Amino acid sequence: MLPANSNAIETRALRKVYGRKVAVRGLTLEVGRGEVFGFLGPNGAGKTTSIKMLLGLAAPSDGCAQVLGRPAGQVAVRRKIGFLPEHFRFYDWLTARELLSVHGRLYGMSPAALCQRVPAFLDLVGLSEHGDKRLRDFSKGMMQRIGLAQAILNDPELIFLDEPTSGLDPVGRLLVRDIIKTQRERGATVFLNSHFLSEVEITCDRVAFIKHGEVLETRDLHHAGQAVTHVSIRARKLSEQAISGLSSRASAVRLEGERLNFAVANIDALPEIVRFLVGCGADVYEVAPQRSSLEEMFLEIVGTDGGL
Amino acid sequence: MGTWIIAGVTFREAARKRVLWMALAAGLAFLALFGTGLYFQLRDITPRSNLFLYRQGVTALLMVGFYAVDMLAVVMTVLVSVDTLSGEMASGTIQAVATKPIARWELLLGKWLGFVAMVTVYVILMVGGITALTYVLSVHRVGGVMPHHLLRGAGLIWLECVLMLSVTFRMGASLATLTNGVLVLGLHGVAFIGGWIEQAAALLHSTRALNVGIVASLIMPSEALWRRAVFEMQSPVLSALGFSPFSVASVPSRFMMLYACLYLLAALTLAIRRFSQRDL
Repeated sequence: MLPANSNAIETRALRKVYGRKVAVRGLTLEVGRGEVFGFLGPNGAGKTTSIKMLLGLAAPSDGCAQVLGRPAGQVAVRRKIGFLPEHFRFYDWLTARELLSVHGRLYGMSPAALCQRVPAFLDLVGLSEHGDKRLRDFSKGMMQRIGLAQAILNDPELIFLDEPTSGLDPVGRLLVRDIIKTQRERGATVFLNSHFLSEVEITCDRVAFIKHGEVLETRDLHHAGQAVTHVSIRARKLSEQAISGLSSRASAVRLEGERLNFAVANIDALPEIVRFLVGCGADVYEVAPQRSSLEEMFLEIVGTDGGL
Repeated sequence: MGTWIIAGVTFREAARKRVLWMALAAGLAFLALFGTGLYFQLRDITPRSNLFLYRQGVTALLMVGFYAVDMLAVVMTVLVSVDTLSGEMASGTIQAVATKPIARWELLLGKWLGFVAMVTVYVILMVGGITALTYVLSVHRVGGVMPHHLLRGAGLIWLECVLMLSVTFRMGASLATLTNGVLVLGLHGVAFIGGWIEQAAALLHSTRALNVGIVASLIMPSEALWRRAVFEMQSPVLSALGFSPFSVASVPSRFMMLYACLYLLAALTLAIRRFSQRDL
């Protein structure tokens, strides 16, 4: 039995070195049970290598990693996890049905369980009609779908999805989003590595920004109050006193004609700011808080050099 | 359990390889040629012919047949299995399996067993085919000719293939496909040359040359297994007559057979160890 009260993932200064190249410098991370966790970073930031270490595919050079309360990579841990590799591939002479059956048997499922689960999961990923088609006749999108099905076939407690939507059309992406949602509702933890920031923004509870194999920052996407909010106010009769007073309550204050832009560390400060401006005699026509998008966050935290 | 699932999938994967079917086709073509040759040879028998000599001649031809079977089986074993580890590691296919609740040793052993099953089928088909053909063609003319110790001989040919398979696995856990193939067949080449040096040295009573041959067999004992197989299948009379192209002037010892078995187990163990430690 795996400890049920532990974090889903916990790493301390996890490091991976290939020869003289440092792929992951020191990854320290905690992912709670039931979270949908986004793992973001530029190309070559060490995302896939980190996932490989968490799955036991690659041995860390240093540091430690616990998955579901046990050292990463143990067979008992793997019974409870699912994994969709970035480029899912398998023997192309197998049919979709046979592929799920092989993977189900590797999870130790009985023939009776397979009879029931294989069609259900084919249906779940929209491949019911292609169950008897060989994988060699599958498109890239269909391969991603069947890969997704094998990753959740065992009702895992923790699912690693490495770029699950690469190669998928909008319908396929929607499917991935729905599957992540159902897995979350089931209580599973999802570790999502994706380049599609808009998708991460919709699906994830929390994200970690990594660069050169280190976590630069983690952000909670549901509590906007914690994030810096940019605000744009349209107002007239703004006095010098109002502007200077605002500077002590907010940052990056900029007046462009009638438009006053600034940023607050906490959105809860906004009503008080509006009251202050009105108190100073300003006529306020419009208050528009603009929560910075994940893309802005990404560029702000990771930088624009792409980690090169 | 996981081992048997992997073995089953691997066997089916191996059975789909074109190399295997080419090897089977080559085997069949060879059997046809062999059968035709034997047929005409036996037709020339007259009532005055020396049947004893004819029987030895048929056995000698049978040995040549086994030699071809052995060579085909060895090359087929290496070519079919050469990319199973390196290829699947390079393509990432192995990741989907290695993250399932199955230990790395089970995964490797399963793959190995899958190929062993394939090699077994191939050796049974080819050795069985050539033996049956020879017997059927010779039974009316000279009384059916059979190898002296068929099962021992077939077992040694099989062991040689499994040895080559294990070495291919060991190298495949570290090296790229092409490098692995060249290296393993190169090692077999060393064993082959070593075997002939040993035979020649035994005939010429050159101890130092004999030792060179033995060292080559220690580097790779595959050819020694074949020569022992010939020794087991050829009748002692034939060996004494020097009638066969495979005179076994220097018979690989039982110690060498034991060494080959240990070599095989070591290769498999090291393959498991390397595969368990490496990043996928």
